[in-house]
Amino acid sequence: MTSSDKTATYKPLNRDQMAWRAAQDLQEGAYVNLGIGMPTRAASYVPDGREVIFHSENGILGLGPKPEPGTEDENLIDAGKNYTTLIKGGVFMHHADAFLMIRGKHLDVSLLGAFEVSEAGDLANWTTEDPSFPPGVGGAMDLAVGAKEIRVIMDHTDKGGKPRILKTCRLPLTAPGCVKRIYTNLAVIDVTEQGLFVREMVEGMTLEQLQALTEPKLQLANNWQSLTPPAMAA
Amino acid sequence: MIDKSVASPAEAVAGVKDGAVVLVAGFGTVGIADDLLEALHEQGATNLTIVHNNAGNGDTGLARLINSGRVAKVICSYPRSGDYSAFLNAYRAKTLELELVPQGIISERMHAHAAGLGGFFSPVTAHTKLAEGKETREIDGVLYVFEKPLKGDIALLRAKKADRWGNLVYDQSARNFNPIMAMAADLSVVQVNEMVELGSLDPEAVVTPSIFIDRVVVVGAKA
Repeated sequence: MTSSDKTATYKPLNRDQMAWRAAQDLQEGAYVNLGIGMPTRAASYVPDGREVIFHSENGILGLGPKPEPGTEDENLIDAGKNYTTLIKGGVFMHHADAFLMIRGKHLDVSLLGAFEVSEAGDLANWTTEDPSFPPGVGGAMDLAVGAKEIRVIMDHTDKGGKPRILKTCRLPLTAPGCVKRIYTNLAVIDVTEQGLFVREMVEGMTLEQLQALTEPKLQLANNWQSLTPPAMAA
Repeated sequence: MIDKSVASPAEAVAGVKDGAVVLVAGFGTVGIADDLLEALHEQGATNLTIVHNNAGNGDTGLARLINSGRVAKVICSYPRSGDYSAFLNAYRAKTLELELVPQGIISERMHAHAAGLGGFFSPVTAHTKLAEGKETREIDGVLYVFEKPLKGDIALLRAKKADRWGNLVYDQSARNFNPIMAMAADLSVVQVNEMVELGSLDPEAVVTPSIFIDRVVVVGAKA
């Protein structure tokens, strides 16, 4: 079977659809930190009527949507250093308290990007070890240890089609055994002590096809569903 | 009468010695004491260790100090932010040393010094490269890494308003590292947009109490 045959019958999610899927799992009343990049997009897709409070490492609890053009405030930025807003009830705190919230199991969910995740839930998301650039860790290691639940959102494979869900991470770890759920452009996968369980797969995909793109063994959850986000422009 | 106000940024940074550890508050370009950094450049101290979340932006402030060869070491969490070419050039030329510390560990190490503590055990970095060479301890089945306190000789701070005692309030996310660094340096100097009458700041809303502040200079709001 050629690779075009393998992909002929299903369509991967685009980035907004991935963010949408992760957002559906954020519960009413949850305090949530969204990592820089794709996780940040999840804030836009929390179901209407559900109150979720977003935390930003630079000292914001109650992060709001992007400001309307012309209303940006130079002293109000998010962790990605983009202009942001504060929702009603939102507050500011200094860095040590912002990270106390992160480290001390006060946040319900930390949704992070990743380069690699292992079947044991090890996370690698801070360095690609490119020797021509200095390393940077930011808040990644703090975020990977302190929330009640760590979830990851990432493309299922790298640009060359190689798996990023691995038996053992090849890149340096951010934290071991921390990831509980993985949202990819193909599937939703839970990391359990019994192994990786596929909760959802994109429509038309078979477990065999997904397994071919995943290094460790996958098991299909009994109540697995088709992953069908609404249509969204890429 | 207590009056911590000084007339100029130059006066605010007077006395910084070669080899000083300088705490530079700010996150990205927000909450940074730009005028104090420029004044430090004019003041001339060299062989500095800078503690900051990032590693300078563009060619002013911290980046200018780096370009002028005045920085021996940067302790930060994320150098690759904005236009960090000044840092990158010095890093590649090996003219400065980088100590990479997770963001929440930088702030907590300063917090520990401020609180008179000899350090703390943290789960962050356990089982990773960044814990190599550090003391570890298993507590209730969890591996922790020992982190030492971090103290500054001087902290360069930015706030919105001060009174003559040095009580401070900040402007939204420009608060960031400022209150922690204010507590963790021998000499804490702050540039503010506005000086207000003693008693006019709501005591329930003051973020940094005056005990932590030594010098205040009014530079006005950003243009």
